[in-house]
Amino acid sequence: MTPLLDKFRQLADARDALMQLSQDPFRVTIERILSPTEARVNGRPMILAGTNNYLGLTFDPQCIEAAVQAVQEQGTGTTGSRMANGSFSGHLALEQELAEFFGRRWSNVFSTGYQANLGIIAALTGQGDVILIDADCHASIYDGCRMSGAEVIRFRHNDVADLYKRLRRLGKRCANTLIIVEGLYSMLGDRAALAEIAAAKRAYGAYLLVDEAHSLGVLGERGRGLSEEVGVEDSIDFIVGTFSKSLGATGGFCVSDHPEVDLARYVSRPYIFTASPCPSVIASTRVALRKLRTEPALRVRLWDNARRLYDELKGLGFRLGPDPGPIIAARFGQKEETIAFWNGLLQQGVYVNMILPPAAPDGGSLLRCSVSAAHTPDQIDRICGAFRSVKAALEV
Amino acid sequence: MTHYETILPQLYEILRPFAQDGQTLSDETELVADLDLDSMKVMEILLEVEERFDISIPLNVIPDVRTIRDFACQIEQLTEQK
Repeated sequence: MTPLLDKFRQLADARDALMQLSQDPFRVTIERILSPTEARVNGRPMILAGTNNYLGLTFDPQCIEAAVQAVQEQGTGTTGSRMANGSFSGHLALEQELAEFFGRRWSNVFSTGYQANLGIIAALTGQGDVILIDADCHASIYDGCRMSGAEVIRFRHNDVADLYKRLRRLGKRCANTLIIVEGLYSMLGDRAALAEIAAAKRAYGAYLLVDEAHSLGVLGERGRGLSEEVGVEDSIDFIVGTFSKSLGATGGFCVSDHPEVDLARYVSRPYIFTASPCPSVIASTRVALRKLRTEPALRVRLWDNARRLYDELKGLGFRLGPDPGPIIAARFGQKEETIAFWNGLLQQGVYVNMILPPAAPDGGSLLRCSVSAAHTPDQIDRICGAFRSVKAALEV
Repeated sequence: MTHYETILPQLYEILRPFAQDGQTLSDETELVADLDLDSMKVMEILLEVEERFDISIPLNVIPDVRTIRDFACQIEQLTEQK
């Protein structure tokens, strides 16, 4: 019998090997956060280009003011579940505002985006049901699937023909099938083929859930995400999203016209058995949602920055994801090369996310930038300049 | 010939490129321990098996598949459900 903790040996060896090449990239300390796009890391100023802070609202004075006022008036936390301790009026107001924003009847707020996927997927599906997920879906979707007890079938990433094939194989079971895709995929920033996927869902009578975590506030005329941009909102049964990206806080939600989303509160363990979002988070999220609705200039700035960085990096010869957008991922082959490049960027004062196997699609490695509306043109220039310098120094 | 017996040679054909030099496959061969398959290779094999037998293999059954025999039994069950 293998002793309990022996399973960590392999992990410790992998970590030690990584530390031979670099500081631990997964334990970077932000010594001081200065703005949505600047911090001090290792004692030096750093441009943050890996934060998912798409609208740059984390330092918005009105969001901060709302959070401070909520702390002063309602305290620092709720200290329990809404089922046990009751809902604060802010929870209900935010749910109402989300439902209105998306034009849906029902809305349910969760304490994190991760829990929103867990809580909704596991409540909607169970033993005897089928979940068809895009292979590149986020870990929270995979974990929600596992928690549900449903049969889980993957289809090839964004491959609509493969989705059709699998729906055909399910036959009558399609009525018990939930298809799950993401608006923008977090690794490469590519978009779901949502018009075709929605058509497949309609053709076979299945249900469709879209995780708009990275597309809320980013896509669509009103910022409602890819479903709005593609014009298929009527075909989407459930939209899940997070407060931790465009809305600059933490938390998650699901909106739908199906009343079962409201009933899910009674059975959803990730909703019931956790403390509800604290008042300051709810307060700043409500203001951020209002800004998302009323300040489309934020989205225009975000896209100007995103297009510029994408075009510049492409011009430098980096292999990027297929679509320009606020997630811009440069593909690398060897892990060692990726780590060296990431360290080079850090030395140049630019922080991006490093994704190593097996987290990246196709077993490769990525350096992923996320662009913010708060990046200045000068900061975008400096990010491009850092990529150019490190590329030249490493001769990659 | 049973359904299982028709599945087995087709499964060997798919798995043979993943065998080590000189390694003989049997229904007792363990997929991870003997063939040294990593998760990427497992996914590649699953896709090929799904195409060959026109089935979808749920992720839930994968932890129960240790040997080639387990794999063939799962394929047998899934093709019979069609």
